[in-house]
Amino acid sequence: MKRVGVFLCWCGSNIAGTVDVGKVAAEVRKLPGVVHVEENKYTCSEPGQASIIKAIKEHRLERVVVASCSPRLHEPTFRRAVESAGLNPYYFEMANIREQCSWIHPDKETATAKAFDLVRMAVAKALRNEALSRGTITIEKKALVIGGGIAGIQAALDIADAGQKVVLVEREPSIGGRMSQLDKTFPTLDCSQCILTPKMVEAAKHPNITLYTWSEVEKVEGYIGNFTVTIRKKARGVDETLCTGCGVCQTKCPTKVPSEFEAGMGTRKAIYTPFPQAVPNKPVIDRANCTYYKTGKCRVCERFCEAKAIRLDQEDTLVTERVGAIVMATGFDLFDVSRYGEYGYGVYPDVITSLQYERLVNASGPTEGKVKRPSDHEIPKSVAFILCVGSRDEQKGTTYCSRACCMYSIKHAMQYRDKVKDGRAFVFYMDIRTPGKAYEEFYKRAAVDYGVEFIRGRPAKVYQVGDKLVVKAEDTLLGRQVEVEVDMVVLAPAMTPRRDAAKVAQVLSVSYDGYGFLNEAHPKLRPVETNTAGIFLAGACQGPKDIPDTVAQASAAAAKVVALLAKDQMETEPMVARVNEALCSGCLWCKPVCPYKAIDAKTVTEKVHGKVVSRQVATVNAGLCHGCGACTVACRDGAMNLSGFTNEQLLASVDELLGWVRPACSAD
Amino acid sequence: MAQTQASKLPVAAGEPAAPQGWEPLIVGFLCNWCSYAGADSAGTGRMVQPTNVRIVRVPCSGRVNPRFILRAFARGADGVLVSGCHPGDCHYATGNFYARRRLMLLKRYLEYLGLDPRRLETHWVSASEGQKWAEVVRSMSETLKALGPAPRLGEWFGADLGLATETGPGEPPETGSNERPETGGQRDA
Repeated sequence: MKRVGVFLCWCGSNIAGTVDVGKVAAEVRKLPGVVHVEENKYTCSEPGQASIIKAIKEHRLERVVVASCSPRLHEPTFRRAVESAGLNPYYFEMANIREQCSWIHPDKETATAKAFDLVRMAVAKALRNEALSRGTITIEKKALVIGGGIAGIQAALDIADAGQKVVLVEREPSIGGRMSQLDKTFPTLDCSQCILTPKMVEAAKHPNITLYTWSEVEKVEGYIGNFTVTIRKKARGVDETLCTGCGVCQTKCPTKVPSEFEAGMGTRKAIYTPFPQAVPNKPVIDRANCTYYKTGKCRVCERFCEAKAIRLDQEDTLVTERVGAIVMATGFDLFDVSRYGEYGYGVYPDVITSLQYERLVNASGPTEGKVKRPSDHEIPKSVAFILCVGSRDEQKGTTYCSRACCMYSIKHAMQYRDKVKDGRAFVFYMDIRTPGKAYEEFYKRAAVDYGVEFIRGRPAKVYQVGDKLVVKAEDTLLGRQVEVEVDMVVLAPAMTPRRDAAKVAQVLSVSYDGYGFLNEAHPKLRPVETNTAGIFLAGACQGPKDIPDTVAQASAAAAKVVALLAKDQMETEPMVARVNEALCSGCLWCKPVCPYKAIDAKTVTEKVHGKVVSRQVATVNAGLCHGCGACTVACRDGAMNLSGFTNEQLLASVDELLGWVRPACSAD
Repeated sequence: MAQTQASKLPVAAGEPAAPQGWEPLIVGFLCNWCSYAGADSAGTGRMVQPTNVRIVRVPCSGRVNPRFILRAFARGADGVLVSGCHPGDCHYATGNFYARRRLMLLKRYLEYLGLDPRRLETHWVSASEGQKWAEVVRSMSETLKALGPAPRLGEWFGADLGLATETGPGEPPETGSNERPETGGQRDA
């Protein structure tokens, strides 16, 4: 029988006021294994801890039980004390006789009886506590940032500036993301490109950043500190080391297709950079549309390229990078507004989305910044902006608020009034939400200084009369139907997760919500961490966000990464699952219940009756395991156990409580 | 809620009547992250509760093996209470979903064993819901007082539930099926 020391805390009068600690002590002394019992006024205090350390040495204690407050409060404190006395910290056990006894039971007699129960349950468990040691894992001092929008760029720059290496992966030909498509940003009306492109260049030139554009993360293996990432570098068709970015190939290429960057409002060539300020300024060949890949003929770009950089036979390559931390900054897509058939998107050419409008008002856009409606290229004399197309609509769209649309639509209306002095701008809204610094003032400016007309009501229908569009809605403030005749309609779509967000999340085993937005570990206190250690979130992949919030979150994620990479090694929690290979039948029912993909099969070779046989068993990766114990229950063989919360420990508590006496042949 | 159910349903056959002054003993398996913290916050808020529950802290409600519960009943518990994070809010993402399914099935099994299924309660109490926790303790204590002492499952059942016990982890399980699943699918799915 192990030698147990029990320390009963008074917690001043917090415990001693309702629990007769002396009486508990007298009873505890009679428990098998208990060789030392001590009362302290405040066990967590310096002298209290010193008395534990002294008793461990004097009484050669092998297990320590403290009965005091919640282990959620002081378990780490006492573990440290036990450790400093030379005992394994996991030999320590705690009984919660304050929060779960003295504070909730005013009757002294029953409270004392319950306190004794709790202490003997803890003693029974402590007798079965095992020495556990924290493992150490080395940390690969490099971070991966997935997504090269403003979130990814900001996170990468912050990590790189702190002296750590960063791999930045972007699947488009250039970094820049959504922000590079925007014209001006609210509420300051800064030009988006003007504030973004210096950061893009900085990211590309930074000695600590390795940039992979036109590339995708294909596979992620490993765990915190030790991820192995496989990146697919898609064939660019252009030798980046030779290309000078002169752009001749783009002017000579005969194939025109709608430009993704221009949101379909303009065209690009089959060999293209998405926009003139692209970083890197090296084109890619869109093989789906290139004449050469379709017919085997053309090669115009190759002929005109003076640098001889065109590589039509280039193939995808796979690159492997080892990183210690990952930042997800995969951004967002826009809600498919054609699902609102009543607004006529895709039917009436002059019904466009907000992103298309951004390109329309942008000086480098297809109309060189002139607001011209798509159907006849005339300047519209009135424009309706419809908010919440897909947002806050349980029936057809999403339930959530997309957070940025009110503000950018107000901005759009202001820009329109700026450019078309005699035009009228109508904003149809459900609520105007302006929760940000200087946002409400911006809204007021639009209404007062710019004369933007706000109509509260979700439009029921948009229909065409002649070359005009009529927006039919109920003005809920006036309580009557309105029909507003306009020349152009701009729909503000909901921000949605990337269409392949769920797939990406599965590659990284990060959890995601019903829409596909990635889940943070705690909505308030751990907003940039995921439930998978070592993977962090930045930007709209976690939920709709505007630029200031995105940048703030990206820097927060970077701070977390830097704190992780600053260490050479990190300690792992020893309370993880373990397999008794002798019992394991290798059925692997434990594998699918593990939320962290910590369980895998392995083959063991052993001698059975003199014959060497191999069989499959489960194995737990301690670096990935979080110690939830789901696998222990899924195991049919009783082979899976959880260190620190073993079946034996938990059942010992239950048995002790219910007064079951162990047979004489017991362990120890 | 549990109380109204208690008054409607008849007491299972074979259950002994409660003696005078008898108090039920409830074993509570609480997840560390939500419910244990919720019970702590009930304490911090000095929310007076009946003394019937003894809490065993587990990392996750998904750690609670149905066999733990059977063991508790076998050893003489009058009730077992399992509480975890709200579904969808599990600290480990999915643990409480497994717990929910497992324990729903176990309730049926309890009935089959001759135990009133109301002796097993599952709840979802978050770290901030001290009030709810206190209410859970009160209502379950009331339910069990109405039900009376649980019939003891005999030693034939309780001695070894297939879990590794004091006699060492190497013993083969007595209960449990030898059948292998046709599919390699998830048992709890």
